[in-house]
Amino acid sequence: MSSSSTRNRVGWIVGAVIIIAYTMLPIGWILSLSFKGGDDITNKQFLPTKWSLENFRTVFSNDLFTTALRNSIGVALISTLIGVIFAMFAAYAIARLEFPGKKLILSVALAIAMFPVVALVSPLFNMWRSVHLFDTWPGLIIPYVSFTLPLSIWTLSAFFREIPWEMEQAAQVDGATPWQAFRKVIVPLAAPGVFTAAILAFFFAWNEYPLALALTSTTKAKTVPPALASFTGASQFQSATAAIAAAAVVVTVPVIVIVLLFQRRIVAGLTSGAVKG
Amino acid sequence: MTVTAERQDTGTTQPAPHPRVTDRARRERRLGWWLSAPAMLVMLLVTAYPMANALYLSLFEYRLTDPGSRHFIGLSNYGVILTDSVWWSDVVTTFIITAVTVAVELVIGFTLAMVMHKIVFGRRTVRTSILLPYGIITVVSAFAWQFAFASDSGFVNSWFHLGDFAWFSHRTSALVAICLTEIWKTTPFISLLLLAGLAQVPEVLQEAAMVDGATFWQRLWKVTIPNMKAAIMVAVLFRTLDAWRIFDTVSIMTSGAQKTETLSFLTYRQSITRVALGIGSAVSVLLFLTVVLIAVIFVKGFNTDLSQVRGDK
Repeated sequence: MSSSSTRNRVGWIVGAVIIIAYTMLPIGWILSLSFKGGDDITNKQFLPTKWSLENFRTVFSNDLFTTALRNSIGVALISTLIGVIFAMFAAYAIARLEFPGKKLILSVALAIAMFPVVALVSPLFNMWRSVHLFDTWPGLIIPYVSFTLPLSIWTLSAFFREIPWEMEQAAQVDGATPWQAFRKVIVPLAAPGVFTAAILAFFFAWNEYPLALALTSTTKAKTVPPALASFTGASQFQSATAAIAAAAVVVTVPVIVIVLLFQRRIVAGLTSGAVKG
Repeated sequence: MTVTAERQDTGTTQPAPHPRVTDRARRERRLGWWLSAPAMLVMLLVTAYPMANALYLSLFEYRLTDPGSRHFIGLSNYGVILTDSVWWSDVVTTFIITAVTVAVELVIGFTLAMVMHKIVFGRRTVRTSILLPYGIITVVSAFAWQFAFASDSGFVNSWFHLGDFAWFSHRTSALVAICLTEIWKTTPFISLLLLAGLAQVPEVLQEAAMVDGATFWQRLWKVTIPNMKAAIMVAVLFRTLDAWRIFDTVSIMTSGAQKTETLSFLTYRQSITRVALGIGSAVSVLLFLTVVLIAVIFVKGFNTDLSQVRGDK
């Protein structure tokens, strides 16, 4: 009995080590690549022979990257903020109020979650050029808000359903309007859910590539993913590989920090839609 | 308020039974619409209107370089695409990538979910590490794997003693690299959905089967999987649609070279690099229709219950 439980325990530890190796391999690789200076880049080994910060100095002195970083941060934060506010309103209505059209909203959200983003590249490109939103922050923020809404609405309506409703009713009995009940009672209780939705929305905007590639053309609005792709073959770098690796590490750091801090919330958010029922 | 309402009641010949309730319901209804309006408007503005616009443009011969010669040609653009071997070759490539990645991810994802479900030690560390591929930028993961496979800088060839093998110069090996990258990046998502499903399988059933002497595999096939069928179908549907729309990885790793072009990449190439708006719009519409077709097959054909994803109980 005890030998079989020891065997089990060893089995789970081996399993855990394999999982961590699987997830860390490419991350460790790009990190190691970013520290390879000079000729090390082509040493075809996993680790550098000597560690160097040269690649990081290169990318931070490159305007294309620093402006892209600023654009990425701005666009991702603003679209997260707007998206979560809109989703909060809609999710409250879905979880709490009786009105015709509820099913329609959820169906539209589902359809949008399945929508092929690339099919929009051509029509949005035309629309944005005619209303002068091409190559601007709002030109990216508007579609990002729209594509993060479905997941935010599901996550938030799932969270809102868990909130003890008696408290809202109590507030209304005490004379609060539905709006006051929402603002004073529900918002504080729902804050963890809102935060989860915000993390997932931020990940989407931080990651998005096809629209950012098609709807921007200059450093005015180009975000990191298309900027990284355009590093390839740039002659100003000794090696595009080294610069891309360093830039990739820089934009991966925020993701790692968020994952480390909010692991449980992210898992809850990703599974909140599917876990019901 | 109450007094006036009562007075109105007595004044009418037809007594309205609950005037206050209807009033309240109407207010609630209006508030519901107002609260959901911004979300609905943004979602429709960015998808429904542009898609309708694309549908309209797809019926024209229209080049950005020569807008004056735009004229109506009916469904000809669709005929041109559907009789072109490029479209069908891309359909096959997209299908291969989708089938391979979803099948492999389902197996690996299920194994990961089982480990995460049962593990006692280091539970937090494992769950944190599994989220890293999910959170990382797809373009970054594509570059990381491309550099790993590259014959001038990568470690893969030296680890497996493959000499100077050029992974991206052959269709099969390029597809292997693309699929591997996709699998690495998206398995965590599927495994988290499956983990949520696993948590719903009643522990009593497992124990009862164990008491009856069922082996691990019997319990897996007869108890665990049937009890989480809904979660599996939803995870597979979402991953299938996601894989079918693959763009980032292909764009970074091969740009569609060596016949690795997918439908999304074809759509992108048509709409931006070739400035042929009419035919580009027709490709967009067709890509959209293939996605709708897959969703319909899953919902009608495999009875995938989407109400639990939509969250309407």
